[in-house]
Order: sequence, then structure tokens, then C-alpha cells
Amino acid sequence: MALPAKNLTAALLVLEDGRTFRGESFGAEGETFGEAVFSTGMSGYQETLTDPSYHRQVVVMTAPHVGNTGMNDEDVESSRIWVAGYVVRDPARVPSNWRSVRTLDDDLRDQGVVGISGVDTRALTRHLRERGAMRVGISTTETDPERLLARVLESGEMAGANLSEAVSTAEAYVVPAVGEKRFTVAAVDLGIKANTPRMMSERGIEVHVLPATASLEDVQAVSPDGLFFSNGPGDPAATTGQVELLQGALRAGIPYFGICFGNQLFGRALGFGTYKLKYGHRGINQPVMDRTTGKVEVTAHNHGFAVDAPLEGATTTEFGEVAVSHVCLNDDVVEGLELRDADGALRSFSVQYHPEAAAGPHDAAYLFDRFVDLMTSSTSGRKDA
Amino acid sequence: MPKRTDIQSVLVIGSGPIIIGQACEFDYSGTQACRVLRQEGLRVVLVNSNPATIMTDPEFADATYVEPITPEYVEKVIAKERPDALLATLGGQTALNCAMALDKAGVLEKYGVELIGASIEAIERGENRQQFKKIVEQLGGESAKSVICHSMDDLLAAADELGYPMVVRPSFTMGGTGSGMAYDEADLRRIGGSGLAASPTTEVLLEESIIGWKEYELEVMRDRADNSVIVCSIENLDPMGVHTGDSITVAPALTLTDREYQKMRDLAIAIIRAVGVDTGGCNIQYAVNPADGRLIVIEMNPRVSRSSALASKATGFPIAKIAAKVAIGYTLDEIQNDITRETPASFEPTLDYVVVKVPRFAFEKFPEADPTLTTHMKSVGEAMAIGRNFTEALQKSLRSLESKHAPFDWHKEFVELDKASLLEEIKVPHDGRLKKVMDAIRAGATPEEIFEATRIDPWFVDQLALINEVAVQLIDATELTPELLRLAKRHGFSDEQIGKIRGLSADVIRGVRHALGIRPVFKTVDTCAAEFAAQTPYHYSSYDEETEVQPRAEGKQAVIILGSGPNRIGQGIEFDYSCVHASLALAEAGYETIMVNCNPETVSTDYDTSDRLYFEPLTLEDVLEIVHAEQQAGPVAGVVCQLGGQTPLGLAQGLADAGVPIVGTTPEAIHLAEERGAFGRVLADAGLPAPKHGTATSYPQAQRIAHEIGYPVLVRPSYVLGGRGMEIVYDDAALEAYLEKYVANGLINERQPVLVDRFLDDAVEIDVDGLFDGEELFLGGVMEHIEEAGIHSGDSSCALPPITLGREEIERIRRSTEAIARGLGVRGLLNIQFALASDVLYVLEANPRASRTVPFVSKATATPLAKAAARVMLGESIAELRTAGVLPAEGDGGHLPDGSPIAVKEAVMPFDRFKTADGRTVDALLGPEMRSTGEVMGFDAVFGTAFAKAQAAAYGSLPLSGKVFVSVANRDKRHMIFPVKQIADMGFEILATAGTAEVLRRNGVESTVVRKQSEGEGPDGEKTIVGKILDREVDLVINTPHGATSGGSPRADGYEIRTAAVLTDIPCITTIQGLGAAVQGLEAMRRGDIGVRSLQDWARLAADSRTL
Repeated sequence: MALPAKNLTAALLVLEDGRTFRGESFGAEGETFGEAVFSTGMSGYQETLTDPSYHRQVVVMTAPHVGNTGMNDEDVESSRIWVAGYVVRDPARVPSNWRSVRTLDDDLRDQGVVGISGVDTRALTRHLRERGAMRVGISTTETDPERLLARVLESGEMAGANLSEAVSTAEAYVVPAVGEKRFTVAAVDLGIKANTPRMMSERGIEVHVLPATASLEDVQAVSPDGLFFSNGPGDPAATTGQVELLQGALRAGIPYFGICFGNQLFGRALGFGTYKLKYGHRGINQPVMDRTTGKVEVTAHNHGFAVDAPLEGATTTEFGEVAVSHVCLNDDVVEGLELRDADGALRSFSVQYHPEAAAGPHDAAYLFDRFVDLMTSSTSGRKDA
Repeated sequence: MPKRTDIQSVLVIGSGPIIIGQACEFDYSGTQACRVLRQEGLRVVLVNSNPATIMTDPEFADATYVEPITPEYVEKVIAKERPDALLATLGGQTALNCAMALDKAGVLEKYGVELIGASIEAIERGENRQQFKKIVEQLGGESAKSVICHSMDDLLAAADELGYPMVVRPSFTMGGTGSGMAYDEADLRRIGGSGLAASPTTEVLLEESIIGWKEYELEVMRDRADNSVIVCSIENLDPMGVHTGDSITVAPALTLTDREYQKMRDLAIAIIRAVGVDTGGCNIQYAVNPADGRLIVIEMNPRVSRSSALASKATGFPIAKIAAKVAIGYTLDEIQNDITRETPASFEPTLDYVVVKVPRFAFEKFPEADPTLTTHMKSVGEAMAIGRNFTEALQKSLRSLESKHAPFDWHKEFVELDKASLLEEIKVPHDGRLKKVMDAIRAGATPEEIFEATRIDPWFVDQLALINEVAVQLIDATELTPELLRLAKRHGFSDEQIGKIRGLSADVIRGVRHALGIRPVFKTVDTCAAEFAAQTPYHYSSYDEETEVQPRAEGKQAVIILGSGPNRIGQGIEFDYSCVHASLALAEAGYETIMVNCNPETVSTDYDTSDRLYFEPLTLEDVLEIVHAEQQAGPVAGVVCQLGGQTPLGLAQGLADAGVPIVGTTPEAIHLAEERGAFGRVLADAGLPAPKHGTATSYPQAQRIAHEIGYPVLVRPSYVLGGRGMEIVYDDAALEAYLEKYVANGLINERQPVLVDRFLDDAVEIDVDGLFDGEELFLGGVMEHIEEAGIHSGDSSCALPPITLGREEIERIRRSTEAIARGLGVRGLLNIQFALASDVLYVLEANPRASRTVPFVSKATATPLAKAAARVMLGESIAELRTAGVLPAEGDGGHLPDGSPIAVKEAVMPFDRFKTADGRTVDALLGPEMRSTGEVMGFDAVFGTAFAKAQAAAYGSLPLSGKVFVSVANRDKRHMIFPVKQIADMGFEILATAGTAEVLRRNGVESTVVRKQSEGEGPDGEKTIVGKILDREVDLVINTPHGATSGGSPRADGYEIRTAAVLTDIPCITTIQGLGAAVQGLEAMRRGDIGVRSLQDWARLAADSRTL
């Protein structure tokens, strides 16, 4: 009900447990289904919308005003909007920012993303918090909640979904190092955000972004100093190929750094399980403690699954000793893993959250430096040997 | 890192009296800090001269010193208490400056006191503009181009480099005192010159103009493990050029991309680290060029600020409380988030609502003052509102201001609006500009035109356009459909606004709305956008779907306490004090307490104060919805209306009409006291005299009354507050001029006649606060005004117990007070003003509510009057409260034990904040219209010492030697001789104008004759008295006004003299009674034995004397 103009198209939102919200159409008209999740960030909707990790998810924005700064050509994290649907309370009618070139509404329409506005997003968020993330449908064509609910129940579930290939690049590409090239990294794109290779390249890394289907041979073909697995959508338990690839790389002694989905796959490669969180972590205000330094960082999160690893003590694996390096202080969820060799030297690590930020605070950017340090010590070690 | 074990006691410095730029937000932060430190088992020693604060309640500290916040007095406290640490970052600039002075004087080192929070070096790095700029540049940030100046020559040279216009900012002044915009050399000489004088380091910064840029603020919190979080981002709707305190501000920032926001965030954290604020909160201000995003760091406050209070209320993250915890060693991850109780404080709050803060001004009190808004803060208060979107929050905030001019109004005919002139008017920021912007939109101005004129961000302009479109729909609709009504409510329209547009009353709209089931829901401020469940019921209304008000616990009854709204002159922190006390007392008595208020500066709007908090406008509509919601939640015993000042009192009748139970004094009794005729009958029945009076609507009528009762007369429009428009008139001509003025501006008309009272010239004015339960009167305190009659009681200094009244007179006062309380039917507090003239005790006024002086009386007599009042209102008797130990077992404030200390209250005036359009300071003269913003208390065994302390706390100490200038009106000449002779005998040099000098000489007092301002400088460049004052060649000024009326005749000399004294901070006494008190004060000071004593020690002494 943000726009007072008359004749707005009505829109209907139905959750899989039957709770219904009515609002107005926002973005494209039509019907869409996905997993309903809420995101608590107050800035960075453009980055959120274009984050491939949101593939097949309907994102509820808790911040009421969305679209105020329009859309620009620099802040996209991938080539398109990935969310399956968008729920906001008060969309901007007029964007205002010196970099804005289009409106959010235009982009949603152009890319066929169905949204709904004018709903009590707080009530919806509280519902998801209490009942957990669940399937949802949004429609501007259906007016009967019962009929829409039936279609919601027929739609696919997130648990068990393997979505990496759907969001990954089809062809490998290279992001050159800024300045002098120091390292080569093979980055497997499971839904990678543009800022990740950017932050690596700023540190003298030549990033070879490989498709999700890449094999160990493909990785080794670029003679990497390090291997990287990106963030991405889907259930880590439904993925086997990349886990095996990672295990092979670890056996080959290639230093590894993983983010988000890359953390979950690292956990699985090391023998831990993963599980689905009730309603996930999606926001840019999450406190995480780096247990190696005792420092708290405020971080960007976007994950519905987590690694099930013991918070205390190290676990011995065939690859070395694994410990939980980072923990979310809100709920003690595992937010990072590190693998050390018998001498206690760091071999590989990963985090569940987003040091590349975009959107979000830059507190965790040091992890890219840690990756550089890891590759530095590892290459010098190899040369010595 | 856990709590430090090497700190056992902490000295906390408060912020002193409420002044513009430093208000009760520091009571909120200080109270939080004291609470936290005591909970942590530390001994808390507090110094604050402001008796109206909650923090100076004896239960909030182990030793509470209501003493002046000057290095001399604070050193005495340190010497006595020997604290381990000093926490000075929670008491505003006053506390910070005092700490700096103590450090410079070597006091901290001498007594081994560690400054915690921010170090001296960090404070200097943060506040010294040059150092700060260097830090910003080293961190890769940008500052506005600027030049630092120490002399007029520097200023002029810098002007060539930067070009006009330029911003002039003196260093180390508070609330932007002395800063301004220079458009040409004359401006620069004037503003820069006084800036050099105002800065304690004679330092002024000139800056490139970034007027019209977007303005932002971030609140940062850091712990000693170097963890930093951003608590809140704030965006100013008014672009750069208007002081943040005078701007409409919004939280969170709404027009930034994540990249821009993160750039600010990175800089903020780098800055707090580089400046070296070890622990605690600070705020950093930024400007963004809307054309290209260029980001400039403006300044930082290395301490808790006004914005911190706003940010705390806006987010639910209690900055001062957390700052106190990190100051004593905790890290953020060790501190629990109070609201979720399951997550730590080491996070950044995220909002799923919009907060709007709007300033409240008092230009009507200073008609000569220039109402243009600049970088120099002029507002006296603020209101905050929360909504689920900007339009809702904005409209709620405007009605929270309680000014009928504040909310948008579509009543005016369209033809009255002229686009061109409106666009011209909105170019210059002023109070009420936003409404003019709305009018310009109505008049057809395009968003581009509005942006060009105001530089208000286009997104905000569109939101205003959106509000207007909804209004237009309301205007055009053939009928008010449920959809349209719902839409209007969703964008914050009040029933009254809708009613005005549709030609219906607010009551009718409310009835329709309720019939249709269109009611607000209440959401919760939870720090986390609902990611975690909130355990703290901190609510705001919104027209949304789902409400979050929880059912009341079994067997509990709720009491709803209505607060006092935004601070204004005449209604401020004193009323918040009473509301908070009521809440504490009623919680103790077993009620569930529910606070309603919209002032973000206050303790009452701390979610820790009451069981439930509703951050809502204090209008009938909003309060009725809260009552409804709470009645759904469980039983409500009633609503308390008599503690928050005139605001809730004004709602009492409407609430009662809607069937809401009002506890305490009934609306009928309130009406009885306010309606002159009815009140006259109450007095007549009790046989009590009032000054002769009458009412008139025209000059001939008024003249007839004046002649009948005799000049001088006190005239005032009816139905006004704080003595608005009140004047003392001595003759026909002045009376005619007065009526002409007020009839012309509409304050006097057929429905609102002028009240004409006999003015009791030589009377002693007396203020009384009492408590009545229907049977027994508890006389809280009897205060004797020090100034002559005719000065508003809020501006007058006073003494308690009264210094010249005998027991017999106090008994007469007691009998009269009881008769009035009984006659009106008071249940709770009442305040009466008496005048004692020629041995007749006249009743001037009675208010059946908590008064401004309740906290002063409570502190001076160690009796929690407001707490007792709350319990009386809910049915307990005074006898029961005596038994329960809430009130003393015997006696009352009229019978203080022998040896009780004397408390002197002094008012603090804001004259230095207001300039006329041509840049002169407004006249610093007291009159029947209240103009003070705050008060201090001097407390000691004898009057002279107490008075000297009050002066020191309000204006800086009286001088011990030097030159005293005397110039008094003829009628005062006889009374001045003796005190001036005493001053001369103390060794002061007396300066006087020729006439006064002659009178003094005839009485054996030698004086040096100085030139009057009207005489100009002498042939050899001899300075006039004004020149001497401006050059600080005078140490004390005694000047009583020569004219007969305030604001009437020009009285040029006196005006120039007093203004010069205000500008140079030289103590200036403007009444003969004040002179007598000052002489006693000087004597006490010269004896050199002024000590300090905590309230707790005074109470112990009193208890001992009772048992002896």
C-alpha cells in the first residue's frame, strides 16, 4: 500500500503452512515459488539481489524502505538478479543516488522477478523465525490462497537441492592480478560473488574462475598456489563431486580457502556433517569471534545450512587436525574451520560467512590476507623442499 | 576480558544545568552509568549541580554531591572521596571540560585518579580540529579544506585562501556556541571575533562551505580489546548548514548504498582507533556531496552525546550503559543484549522501522531573536517518533511536538499558496520550514524546484509528495472508504488531520475508524529486526497487521503514566523526574507500570525505567489507542496525568470523556483551578484573598479595570503557558500598546480575554509544593523567591527553607494551602504561588499537578515527593505513607529540623544562544515570561554559602576581588547603598556611572566614574562601561533595569551592559534582592571555608540531629 495511486495490482503471498499475506504487486507480475527467508541488512539490496546464493529463495527484507538508491552498474555481484521472489514493505517510488541509473522496480520487471509490497514484513519475519524457513508462493494472478497453497506444496524443497551448476559460470575465465602477480588461485564457482575475485586480485592473485563441474585435473591444469570454493545455493549434503575434488586437492597439499558453501564442503571433505538451520543467518550485523585472536568481527551472513563440528578441541582427520576457528556469538553456530598439519602449521581454512562483504562490513577482509600468507608459507615450504 | 579489579570507586561528573545543546540526555546517560557501576559493585561518587535530574537522587550513587561542576569544587570532592577513577565521557562537554581542567591543574595526578573511557590525549585528538584533521587524512579520509586561526589577522588571511562563504567554528565550545556562517568580511569579523573570545584556547577554524551537502552521523562503540561496532546511522533531512540538534534527523540512514555506508563505517572505526578512545561511545559526523558522492569527515565527539541518547532510543542499544561497562573493563562480547537476553552486545543493531527526530524551538520567547537556523544550535528540545515507514514516523513526530503549527495542514485554501514566494522562503532554513516545503508542493513546485531551493534529498522530497498525494485523495474522495482511511493512517495522518480535511471532528473520525476496526498495532523495538525474540516490551504503534503486546501477568494491574513530551521552556526535565519517580514507586507498590512519552532525551523513555514503554506522541488519539491495547492485555487501574506537566493534564478531560479512569485529582478539579471564576469562588469560600483582577478584550475595558485596581498591573493572555505574553504594565500608554500588540497577533480575542491583575510591587513571592490525600496535607516545601515580585517563578532564584519568613507565616501558608487543596478536591500534588505584601498573603495561582520545583524540593528536604504522590493518587493516605517510610514519620517540609541546610535554586538563562537578525545578543533581562532552560541548586548550612554555590554552578564563581560596576534604576538607589558599601569594604573597586556615583559618594562610598555607552568614548579614548566589560576589565556587574516594563522601552544603556556581561560571562546581577544575596555569598566565599558535602551525609546529619 506504499503507492497511493489507484488500480494497483493485488498480490498474494502464501506460506506452506497456510499463513497468508496480501499486498500489491512489485516488480514483475506473475507467480513464483521458493524458500522464504528473511534478510536483516539495512543497506545493499542490489548486492543481495544479485548474490547467486539466493537462487530459488524468496527474500523478505526486514528493512521497510527498499530501492531508495536505485540500481547502478557497479554494485552487482553477478550478471543477474537471482532471488526467486522479493518481499518488501515500502518500495521507493523515486530513487536517489548519484550513481543510480535504473530503478529497482524496472530491474525486477526486466528480469521477470515477481515481488510483493505492502505486507507486514515484520509479522512475516517473526513467523519464519518461530516456524523456520519454509516454502512460499507469491502470485499476482491467483486470488485464492487455497489454490496457491496447493501449488506451494508441489514446489521443490531446499533440503536436498543441488543448485551449484545452475548458478555457476559455463566457461572458465581469468580475473587478472592487480599489479604484480604473486599467486595463482583456482576458484571454483558455486555461485561466486564478483567481489571475491576482486578482493583476491587486489592482493596480487590471478584468479582462475572454474565452473562448478571442474575436476581435480582442471584445477591442477592452472597450477594453482591455492584452491578456493565460493559461496553458493543449495544443500551441501546433496553435493558429492566437489567434496571429492576438495579431498583430492587436500591430499595433493594445495592450500584451500572456502567461503560459505565452500565452508560447508570443506567440513564435509573433512568428515563432518552439515545440517539445515531453523531460519538461517541472513544479515550484515552478525557477531563472529575469531577464536585464533579473540577478536569479534561484525560480518555479513547468508547461510541456511551449517557444519556440525565440535566447538571445543581438535578433530584428527587423514588431512591433519581440524578445529573450529570462528563461532557466531548469537547462537554458537560454526562459522569457520581450520586445518593444521602435525607441526601446527595452517594448511587450509574456510569461513561460513562473507569476508568479501558486498553487502556488509569489511571487518573480515583480513581473511584474504590470511589466504595470501597461507600460500606464501606454503609455496616457500615447497621450494625449500 | 572481564571487569578490571583495580577500580573500586568511580567519580562520575554530570552535565549540570539544562542549557541549549546540553539537556536531559545527559541525565539519561548518567543515570544509566551510575546504575551499571553500582550493579558492578563499585562505589559511585557523583557530582552534578542540577537538582532536577534522576541521577542526583541519592539512591543512584553512594555519594551524591549537588555541587558546582567547576574544577575547584570537584577537586574538593576528589580530596574527600579519593576515587580510583574518573568517568567524564557521560556528562557532555561540561564534564569533559572539567576533567581536562582537573588534569591540567594536576589534580588527577595529585590524587592518583585515573581517567577512564577516553584519555586526555584522546579527547584532545578528537576535539582539536587540526589534530583531528590530520588523523582523518592519515587514514585516507577527507576533511573540509580549512585553516586554523588564532587572531583576526589569521582569519582575514585565511578568507583569501578559502573564499566566502565560510564556516566559522571556535574550538572547545559546546553545542556549536559561537559558530556561524560568514558570507563576507563583516560577518567574518563579527562571528570570528566572538569565536576567538568564546574558545578557551582562542582558536577558531575556518572551513570551506559544504552547505547543502547530505549530512550523516555514525554512533560508534569500542571496547578495550579493540572491538568496535556501529550502533546507529543517522541521516539529516535538513542538509549541511543546520546544526544537527536543529535538524530533522532520521535513523537509519535511508539514502546510502552499501558501498557508501561501508566507507563511512570503515572510517569511523579507523578514527576511533586512531584518536585512541579506548572504551566507550563516540559519534562521527560526515557530509556527502550529492552530486558525486565525495565524502567528508566533519567532526567527532569523543564522548556520549545528544545523538547517543537518540541512537539508544532509536535502536534499543543503550550506549551509555554499555559505555560504562566497557569503561570498567568488559568487552562487548561479554555484555548481554538486554532486549534479546540471548545475544551479546558485540553486534550492530538493525532496524525494521524508521525513526524521525524533530527539534522544538522557543522563538516565541525571544521575539527579537533571528529564527534562521544555522550551525549554532537554537532548539530547546526534541521529539522522536517511530513508524514502520518514513511517512508514518514523520507525521507522528510532528504531532509529538505539541505545537498546533507543527503538523502538515491541508486546511488552507489552495489559492493562498504562492509557489514563487514559498520557494523563496524555503531557501533559508527556519523553524517550520518543512511545512512550507509541503505548501510549496501543494502549490505545484516540482521535486527539482524543491531540491534546488532546499537541497533536501529527492527521496525525502518524494516522500513529502507522497504524503501530499494521500491528502489530495482524502480531499477528493466522495466518501471516506475503509481503504482510503487505512491508507491515510499508514502514512501517519492523525484523526485530527483527516477530520480537518473532511470537515469532521477528530472524534467522528475516531468513531468511524473504530467502527471499521481500523486501529494501530504495536510493534517492538528489538535491536535485531525480529531475528531474535524481544524480552523487553518497548513498543511503538503502526498501522500494520500484527500486534506484539503481551497479556498481563495474572493478578497484576497496570498504571499508565503520561510523560511530558519534548522539552520546552517551562516544561522540561523536572516533569520527567516526577514521572520516573511515579513509575519506580508504583512498581514497588506492585503495579505494572506503563510509560508513554516521545522525548528521546529522557530517563522515562529508557526501556529500563518502566515495565512497558510506549514511545508515542502524547495526543488524545495516540494515548487512547495505547489505553485500548493495554486494556486488551489486562486490567488497567488508571492513567496518571498530573506528573508530566501541562501536556498530560491537557489530555485528562478527553480521556475521562472516553471513559478512561484518571487516577488522582479529577479533571473537574483541574478545571476548577484553571477557570478563573470557579477558582475565585474556591478562594472566597476559604476566605483567602487574591490580588484584585478583571478580564478584558479591548483597551477601554482593560483601562477601566486598571484604573479600578490601580497601576502597576500584571497583564497576560488567558490559556497560555510559561508566562507567555505576560507583562507588568505601569501606565495607560503601555497598556494600550500591549493590547494593540496582542489583539493584532490574535492572542487576545473574545474567547481569550486578557487577564488584568493588580501587581503586588513590593511583595515577597512564595512557591509551595504540597501533597494532599483528601484529609491530610503534607507541605512539601516553602520556597521564598530571591528576586522581586514579577519575575516568573521559573526564572527566579529561591531559597528553601524560606530565609525571611517566620513560623507564623509558614503556618498561614500551610492553612491556605490546605484550604485550597480541599476546596479544589486535590488527590496528589499541588503547587501554589503566594505573594506576601503588607502582611497579607495573596494567592496568585494554584496548579493541581506536579510542578517544576518538585525535584528541587524533594532533594532539598530528602523526601521523595513524586513517589509519595503516585501512591496517594492510587489511594494510599499520607498517614499510611508515613508508616511505610515513604514520608517522614512526623513533620513535613514546612517544619524542617533545626540545622537543616539551606538550598538555593538558581535559574540558567539561554540569552547567549540568541542573536537578533543584525547579530546582536538579545536582552538579558528577567521578566514575568519564563525564559530559563535549566536550574542548579546550591546546598549548604547557611544562605550565603548556598547562594554562592548556586551562582558558581550557574554562571561561574563570583569574584573574590576586582572591579564591580554599579548602575541601578532610581527606584533602587536607596536600597543599593548598604550592600554596595559592604562590597567596597571587602576591598572591591567600585565603578559607577555619574548619577549612581554621586549617590554613593554622599553615603561615603568612593567610586570611579565611568562613561555611559550613550556618552561614547572619551576624548582620550576612555572606554565606555560596555567597552570595559567587553575587554574584561570588570569582574561583577550590578545593573537593574531603568525602564518600567520588560520589552517595552528601549533602555539602551542597560541592554548593552547586560548583553556585554552575558557575552563575556561576567556575573551580572539585575535585581536589588539578588544584590543582597550576592553580598552574603561574597562574604561566605571570602571566609574561604566553603566545603562540599554529599546528600547522603546531609541526610545522616539530619538523622543524627533527630536522635540527639
